[in-house]
Amino acid sequence: MTRAARGSRLSRGQRANLHGYLLSAPSYLAVTLVILIPFCAVVIFAFADFRLIDIQQMTLGTIDWSLANFAKALSSGTFWGALGTTVAYAVFTTIGVIGGGVVVALAMRRPFPGQTVVRALFLVPYVLPVIAGTTIWRTMLNPQYGFLNAFGTQVLGWETPIAFLTTKTFQVGSVGIPMALTVVILFEIWKSAPFTFLFVTARLQNVPAELEDAAAIDGANARQRLTHIVLPQLRTVVMVLLLLRFIWSFQNFNDIYLLTQGAGGTEVMAVKVFKELTVRADVGSAAAYGLCMTVILLVFGIGWALVNRRKEAM
Amino acid sequence: MSSLRESNGVKALRAVIIVITMVLAIGPVLYGVLLSLRPFAAVLNDPLDIVPAIGEISFEAYSQAMRSAADGGYGLGGFLVNSLILAVGTVLASILVSILGAYATARIRFSGRSVGNAIIVAVYMFPGVVLAVPLFVLLSRAGLTGTLVGLVIVYVALTVPVSLYMLRNYFIALPSSIEDAALIDGCSLMGVIWRIVLPIALPGIAATAMYMFMIAWNEYLYALLFLVQERSLWTAPLGIAQLTEFDTPVTILLAGSVVVTVPVVLLFMFAQRLLISGLATGAEK
Repeated sequence: MTRAARGSRLSRGQRANLHGYLLSAPSYLAVTLVILIPFCAVVIFAFADFRLIDIQQMTLGTIDWSLANFAKALSSGTFWGALGTTVAYAVFTTIGVIGGGVVVALAMRRPFPGQTVVRALFLVPYVLPVIAGTTIWRTMLNPQYGFLNAFGTQVLGWETPIAFLTTKTFQVGSVGIPMALTVVILFEIWKSAPFTFLFVTARLQNVPAELEDAAAIDGANARQRLTHIVLPQLRTVVMVLLLLRFIWSFQNFNDIYLLTQGAGGTEVMAVKVFKELTVRADVGSAAAYGLCMTVILLVFGIGWALVNRRKEAM
Repeated sequence: MSSLRESNGVKALRAVIIVITMVLAIGPVLYGVLLSLRPFAAVLNDPLDIVPAIGEISFEAYSQAMRSAADGGYGLGGFLVNSLILAVGTVLASILVSILGAYATARIRFSGRSVGNAIIVAVYMFPGVVLAVPLFVLLSRAGLTGTLVGLVIVYVALTVPVSLYMLRNYFIALPSSIEDAALIDGCSLMGVIWRIVLPIALPGIAATAMYMFMIAWNEYLYALLFLVQERSLWTAPLGIAQLTEFDTPVTILLAGSVVVTVPVVLLFMFAQRLLISGLATGAEK
């Protein structure tokens, strides 16, 4: 809270406004220039017939307005395919990342010698630069010199090495597994579960011990204490993680592109936007895909807020 | 933490989960580090033999990866310098901008600040790849693609909402009584921020700066879009990813991955000390 300096001609409120605006101006300027204006541009591009070659001559007056980008996207199989892949990727990584984080945090609850070191080591995949993580995984899964394939063929007796990152469907008996998609999902769980582990651990440290002790005295067994005392305490943190993880997974580009470049049935919406822009040089179509992504995330966010409001009111 | 005794079955389950997690978390990284020390031919011949023999260990992959292309290397040294310039530039600009903004939204009651806050949080959630389309178009028009300056501008804007949000929460948690006292004693607002808020908030600022550094250090999409034509400006992630496509020996790529990780590890070690010392010195009595 600022106070008006003695002798100033401005009133206290005016002075607070002035200071507030001056100090926050650089932040808003940066956000406006690089995020808000470009977002308006996405909306415009999405309704325009616009290719990369047109960049230099493009002005607002010369735009050919049309709904063609959306009509083309929504009527094409690739759009719905990419959307399905993205939803599957986001749902399974979110479940895996949160589930994994909670399970490991629960296992690590009781103190033991060396716990701090173990906890720090668990964070390694999260702290590791993405490029290092993907390079190691690509090496490990390589059909020629990767550890996993060498182990499979030499020890487990596989007939041929598996091209994990380019195989779309892998037949196990009569069941087809989406191989490359499963691998990118597992990579994301490996990389991001430590993040939820950290959050859940912090929350667990604040669960009062008296509650559990009291329940035990009243005759609750270990499983009852877990499901009735500990897990309900995690609801809020899990809900927040659910929102954040789903949004981040839904728009993930780096991890997927660095692992597969969209091959083997891993072409999610973010990769599709990138390819429409660079490979097909179709700015309008890329913008339309991007706008659809934004709308879906917005709907998810609103749904999340509604569900949580209702729960809180109860 | 409850002091309840637990059955041996539960204890065993805990131990199994911890051991498996340990192997999964550390195993791949260890594998990468060990392979980077072996000659490429040895990796090709026997992929199962992970631990290099004593006589086999060589740092040739590292020196070859780091040397510039003119010296017969892969130029990773130069890529690292580019990444460092970008990351440090981003952190400095982003922190400077967001300290002021965060202080304003945390401490000053000015009209319109809640709307501003809401916009910043919404922006924080916004899909980055969607903005890549217009930013690519607008910056190519401004002639800023293929320059590090263009990329710093993008990174600053992408990190400001996050850092504003983190710093604001941090400032709110700090007691404002010292600031109030200084203002009453006639210190100017900038003086308060510079002399009082900065020193007290240093651990929070360090943590935020570290997070910003990681974002800039890891960033790949915009580097790929803007710099792919300019080999001399490639960042480390972009460089390693591009080299992957040119059939570069995997030992070189792994050595590069290890080198890219080193600054992050150093930063964590350094910042941990700063964070603890900052938290230990309580300012208010």
